[in-house]
Amino acid sequence: MNILIILLLIPVITLFLTLFTDGRRVKNTVLYGAIAELLGCFELLREFLIARAAGNNSPFLFEVVYPWFKTWNINFHAGVDGISISMLLLTTLVTVAAILVSWKVDEKPREFFMMLTILSLGAIGFFVSMDLIMAFFFLELSVVPKFLLIAHWGSGRKVYSATKLALMLMAGSSLILVGTLLLYHASNGSFDYAVLQSLHLDAETQHLIFPLIFFGFGIFSALFPFHIWVPDGHSSAPTAGSMFLAGISMKLGGYGCIRFAAMMLPEGAHYYSTAIIILSTIAIIYGAFATLMQTDIKYINAYSSVSHCGFVLLGIGMLNQTALTGAVLQMISHGLMTALFFGAIGMIYSRAHTRDVRELGGLLKVMPFIGSIYIIVGLCSLGLPGLSGFVSEMTIFMGAWQSPVTLNRVATVLACASIVVTAVYILQAVAKVMFGPIKDSHFLELKDAAWYERSASWLLMIAIVVMGLLPMWLVEMIGRETGRIVAGS
Amino acid sequence: MQLSDFLCLRFETAVTVLILLQLIIKIFDLVPNNENGLRLNVFFMLLIVLLGFVGDNGSSLFGGMFVTSKLISIEKTILCFATLLILMNSYNWLKHHHHTPEFFILILTALLGMFLMLSSNNILLFYLGLEMATIPVAALANFDLELKRSAEAGMKMILSSAFSSGMLLFGISIYYGITGTLSLSAWQEMLRPGGLEVLALIFILSGFSFKISLVPFHLWTADVYEGSPVAITSFLSVVSKGAVSFALARFLFNGVGMLQEQWIQILFLLSILTITIGNVFAIRQTNIKRFLAFSTVTQAGYILLGLAGDPANANSSVVYFILVYMFSNLAALGVVQAVSFTTGKEDIDDFKGFYNSHPTLAVVLMLALFSLAGIPPTAGFFGKLFLFTSGVQSASLVWLLFAALNLVISLYYYMRLVRIMFSENYEQPLAHIQSPILSRVALLICSIGILFTGIFGELFDYLHLIAK
Repeated sequence: MNILIILLLIPVITLFLTLFTDGRRVKNTVLYGAIAELLGCFELLREFLIARAAGNNSPFLFEVVYPWFKTWNINFHAGVDGISISMLLLTTLVTVAAILVSWKVDEKPREFFMMLTILSLGAIGFFVSMDLIMAFFFLELSVVPKFLLIAHWGSGRKVYSATKLALMLMAGSSLILVGTLLLYHASNGSFDYAVLQSLHLDAETQHLIFPLIFFGFGIFSALFPFHIWVPDGHSSAPTAGSMFLAGISMKLGGYGCIRFAAMMLPEGAHYYSTAIIILSTIAIIYGAFATLMQTDIKYINAYSSVSHCGFVLLGIGMLNQTALTGAVLQMISHGLMTALFFGAIGMIYSRAHTRDVRELGGLLKVMPFIGSIYIIVGLCSLGLPGLSGFVSEMTIFMGAWQSPVTLNRVATVLACASIVVTAVYILQAVAKVMFGPIKDSHFLELKDAAWYERSASWLLMIAIVVMGLLPMWLVEMIGRETGRIVAGS
Repeated sequence: MQLSDFLCLRFETAVTVLILLQLIIKIFDLVPNNENGLRLNVFFMLLIVLLGFVGDNGSSLFGGMFVTSKLISIEKTILCFATLLILMNSYNWLKHHHHTPEFFILILTALLGMFLMLSSNNILLFYLGLEMATIPVAALANFDLELKRSAEAGMKMILSSAFSSGMLLFGISIYYGITGTLSLSAWQEMLRPGGLEVLALIFILSGFSFKISLVPFHLWTADVYEGSPVAITSFLSVVSKGAVSFALARFLFNGVGMLQEQWIQILFLLSILTITIGNVFAIRQTNIKRFLAFSTVTQAGYILLGLAGDPANANSSVVYFILVYMFSNLAALGVVQAVSFTTGKEDIDDFKGFYNSHPTLAVVLMLALFSLAGIPPTAGFFGKLFLFTSGVQSASLVWLLFAALNLVISLYYYMRLVRIMFSENYEQPLAHIQSPILSRVALLICSIGILFTGIFGELFDYLHLIAK
């Protein structure tokens, strides 16, 4: 049996099993499912690397096609390349960590863990899809779980945030739907990625369709000015929800922008690259400065996500191999880092019951493990060498500088400069929350991380360090695919 | 007439026999027990649904006035199936009603009218079928005899349908004047684009618009849906709407096919108006039946989008959509029926905490709402998707964008209802609901339909094959 089919079946079977599991044991079932999925992804990676090393140079490996609706030429078509595999690894890692972090959720646990599993299924299905309708199917699958996770298990203005998030993401999918249908019409009836890419549609069609698809996915990855769902959505979500949203959902957008916009419609990408670069630079700078003003540690991380995801789109807009590779690396790095960040914030919030920087202080003394995690992940966020953030941002800047256009140079310089702002807000937050005097006497009684929180943190931390210290295999695996994009356009 | 002709007429014959049977039962009081009569009718309806699986290759009877084809048989089967599900859903209500035999006579007559309408190749027969399908339903809308708003619903229904029939007849008379014939296939040959032709087309489409409640001809819908018993709301929103949508598709492609460029423009206007205004009004509703009424108005707008494709695509995607819509809407209305019969509550806010008190019913209602909103993996996603895919052939970018972005608004109000069911701030949970076994089976069938119709693609491929 094809390994991709197995990877898609594991979450489905897990979902099925949760229906018949006792409410308190659902989390075990879901965790086993997620771990099996993670192991499956590692197996996929191993087989993929072996196949590539053996000289298998076809664009997609492990392809599998089943006809679904013959009339419309809709197929169940799955396949992976280096980019999708790295995204799958990210998804499964974050899923396991998110489930572990939610170990103590006792409000409707069955429904909660089912939502998490559906979210993960949606992301995995999306990353392996090679048929546009199939991709769209999996993309939309996660709308309702996201809404319910925030609206029911969230905090603060949860209904408002959940509604805003669901509606904006739905608007994004609507644009993607229209773009997809126009592509179908223009290509005389094909939804297949490989077919559409090899078709080389004429420039006028591409100019019409590209913005629909790109901006549709752009909403998912917080493209300015469609980022407004990010801060509210992330802050109101429960911890696992934030980890999913920032770690995986926003990456769906970035992946879609690369795969279904830039790779499939290269003419359109060239035509609109200036607009993309300008918007993403605004997002980077605006996100960084907006973060400076925040006092809620969750909002700090949410706004910094806007800024960091701007780097992804900047890399895509530059349209050269190095920058695109950097964009993919940044997606992985930001996914791991921000998931861990939200995880740590969730641990702090569940103990201190406040997220306000002004009320927190000296937490490193009472909870050394959580404190250290928070500090390390903060350093990763500001791009300390040796951690993943440095690798990805450096690659993007190197790629961006290769572009000789003045505007691109200016954008690169501005984006680089924003790193300074990042350092300011990260160090400020870390200093206020972790160091200094203990603001509240009841903080002294707080316990440090429990086993499930420790294992979740270790898992993501190891991934961040591995990516920071040994990036070359990843760069090579992704670079091979992004090279193909640039060569093909 | 030969035996094979009866095979073509099998639905009509069977329903007529069933109607006569009701009369005999009523007059001689053969089945004094309401419940037994109900079971008997459910059984006979099931037999009629099974008739749909008897193959026929289609033919024409009565000098070409009456035609059948595989597609028409499938459409009739869907309508019968929907009626069967409605009977099962309304089991409790019918059991306690004093006029159950009359109910069957009226609802079966309406069904017979729809069959004639679908099979007609002559506009006169079509018109007779349409009236036969409407007037009994107006009587049915008034079937909660002691309720004042029910009487109001019946009155509104009969007045608005009389008005729409007038419009339709006026358009038909102009076409008769132009062509000198009432045969649809002759119209298809003779009608060419021109001022008078388009004028008459507008009148005829207005008549249709009343029946499937397209904006700006939708004003009766919410009042009638709210005032009628839930069984009739279901019948109106699924069976009537489905039948007229099928008939509209047939009329457009087989009667005025040469005017396609013109009618696509009209459909475009009607569609974006319907989708947008239906959505905006649905947001404001507090009564769940009115809410579902406006949501069905919106759904009709999407059907029009599907009609902008070539005949095979349009017919198959509309039939598929109606099938999916039947499952979703009947599931939603089935739950509403169960709640409303036991507790008498029909407000959206009464559904607070519904998930905690009645998890199974709440899950069915959620599935139905997701399907109506077009969220995967429910069948509603595929239903809408195929309407879009069919429509992309001649629909403009504006139309597609309007339709797609309106999905966002509809998601908003469906999700709101889901959240209310999921929420835990409620004063008093709904009383315990005991559904009869047949109603539960109906809801189960609907849920299975919602979950699995889209996963297996062969069904649609078959529809497309026979629509060619």
